[in-house]
Amino acid sequence: METKRYTARTFTTEILAVLLVFVFLVPFYFLLSNSVKSFADILLDAAALPQAINWENYAKAWDIMKYPQAFINSLLITVFSIAGLVVISSMAAYRMVRRPTKYNSILFLMFVAAMVIPFQSIMIPLMKVASWFSLVGSLPGLWVCYLGFGSSLTIFLYHGFIKSIPLEVEEPAVVDGCTPYGVFWRIVFPLLKPMTVTIIILNSLWIWNDFLLPQLILSKPELRTIPLSTFSFFGQYTKQWDLALAALVMGVVPIVIFFLSLQRHIIEGITAGSVKG
Amino acid sequence: MSKKRYSEWMQQLVFTGPATVVFAIIVILPFIMGMYYSFTNWNGVSGSISFVGLDNFMALWSDQGFKSSFDFTVRFTIVAVVLTNLVGFILALLLTQGLKLRNMLRTLFFLPNVIGGLLLGFIWQFIFIKGFSAIGDLTGIPFFNLPWLGDEQTAFWGVVIVSVWNGAGYLMIIYIAALINVPKDLSEAASIDGATAWQRLRHITVPLIMPAVTICLFLALSWSFKTFDVILSLTKGGPFNSTQSVALNIYLEAFQNNRYGLGTAKALVFFVVVALITTIQVWLTKRREVHA
Repeated sequence: METKRYTARTFTTEILAVLLVFVFLVPFYFLLSNSVKSFADILLDAAALPQAINWENYAKAWDIMKYPQAFINSLLITVFSIAGLVVISSMAAYRMVRRPTKYNSILFLMFVAAMVIPFQSIMIPLMKVASWFSLVGSLPGLWVCYLGFGSSLTIFLYHGFIKSIPLEVEEPAVVDGCTPYGVFWRIVFPLLKPMTVTIIILNSLWIWNDFLLPQLILSKPELRTIPLSTFSFFGQYTKQWDLALAALVMGVVPIVIFFLSLQRHIIEGITAGSVKG
Repeated sequence: MSKKRYSEWMQQLVFTGPATVVFAIIVILPFIMGMYYSFTNWNGVSGSISFVGLDNFMALWSDQGFKSSFDFTVRFTIVAVVLTNLVGFILALLLTQGLKLRNMLRTLFFLPNVIGGLLLGFIWQFIFIKGFSAIGDLTGIPFFNLPWLGDEQTAFWGVVIVSVWNGAGYLMIIYIAALINVPKDLSEAASIDGATAWQRLRHITVPLIMPAVTICLFLALSWSFKTFDVILSLTKGGPFNSTQSVALNIYLEAFQNNRYGLGTAKALVFFVVVALITTIQVWLTKRREVHA
């Protein structure tokens, strides 16, 4: 839909869109401006610009929510879960595409069908399973859970992508005596890069922001991720808005930076990830 | 020959094994156990679990809390699905008009989507309680001086507003991708034949982007039906449980009331409803997809 001429009407639309985006982003204004106000100033007028920048809110919230610890926990769990998902799912999807045996077709169907299972409908027995396998109360345990829950969508996306890769690209390597594993990791996997980027993005938004699964699996305060420490923060400091808003800003900033630095890929990734069936 | 078979087995194991094992343990096993537990009186603590037949499902039938959470979830889903799609689609239309700032605008409209449900609810709790009243005092518009989150009506719309704000940007991205691919000549031909902008949208653009509509409806449906985090942090299900979603109701039944058996029965009903609704929706909208 490339428009050739930039007419007066387009200009009006442009102004309208800009005004709309300002309205849309007003919540960010409230969040940021009040996060540096004193409690009294917030109560006085939440809409006003801050009189003075009060960084103390951030210092206090940083300590109370043990921010560095929470940040590292979130980062570790997100990075390792995604790395694991990329490895196991790309391999499984590759095999299912290249060897469409009856067993593999049924397996693939199960992975796909499981995408409609809401997390809340299996979380109760999951807790029992998690305690059987000693997954409760540890980051590696949470990691295993993310591999299980993430595999469905990740395999589905890789499956669709691998189907479009012709078998011919593998043949020279096979002739040269490359093992099936070598063929996959040296030839096929690098070709999956666009889909891998999509998968990294979709899964980071999910895992970084996820609350309920870590809430159920992790009980110790020192293992808390950012959503968990925000939650417990709010449990203790209800209506302490000066500290709470600073905590929220610190919770939102990492993912916003991640998004802004990768926004082109994210937008392409979402488009690619959504083309289901 | 047997060496080749061994190698085939080995490859099957190495390539599909790890994913299959974690998937079986984390998803399939709990799913099957859930079906079994929904017919028992399991309380999560004691070792004795006895089979109670359909008792849990009978109990659901007279469980007012569960029924009202279903009622809320259905009403919320309908409103949120329609509004999120509408806003997402309108934003997409706006951003495909050849605007100079379209890339920046697209980024900014998408921005709310990167905030996770839990933090989102807390942020909006502040906006509703302090922000809205400040705007109300400034502008005198009565809308902002409503008792936001304070009564059942405004709490319902509060949850809707937050969900739309959060989800519209994501759907907008998908709609933009679809709108860009609508061939321009069809619209132009119709325009020459005297079709109004509305008629062109209704009879040319929309039918051609039905695949995107299928996806966006599916996404919005499954987000809305499973809403949990944002409600937990925005309203805690209140006031008077009026915004308690089914997901929250299940969570509380199991982990607060320790009635795991009943919780799994609710969870099973929830799964069946979600699976049915999303399947029917995809089937219905897929039938309306046309190819240009």
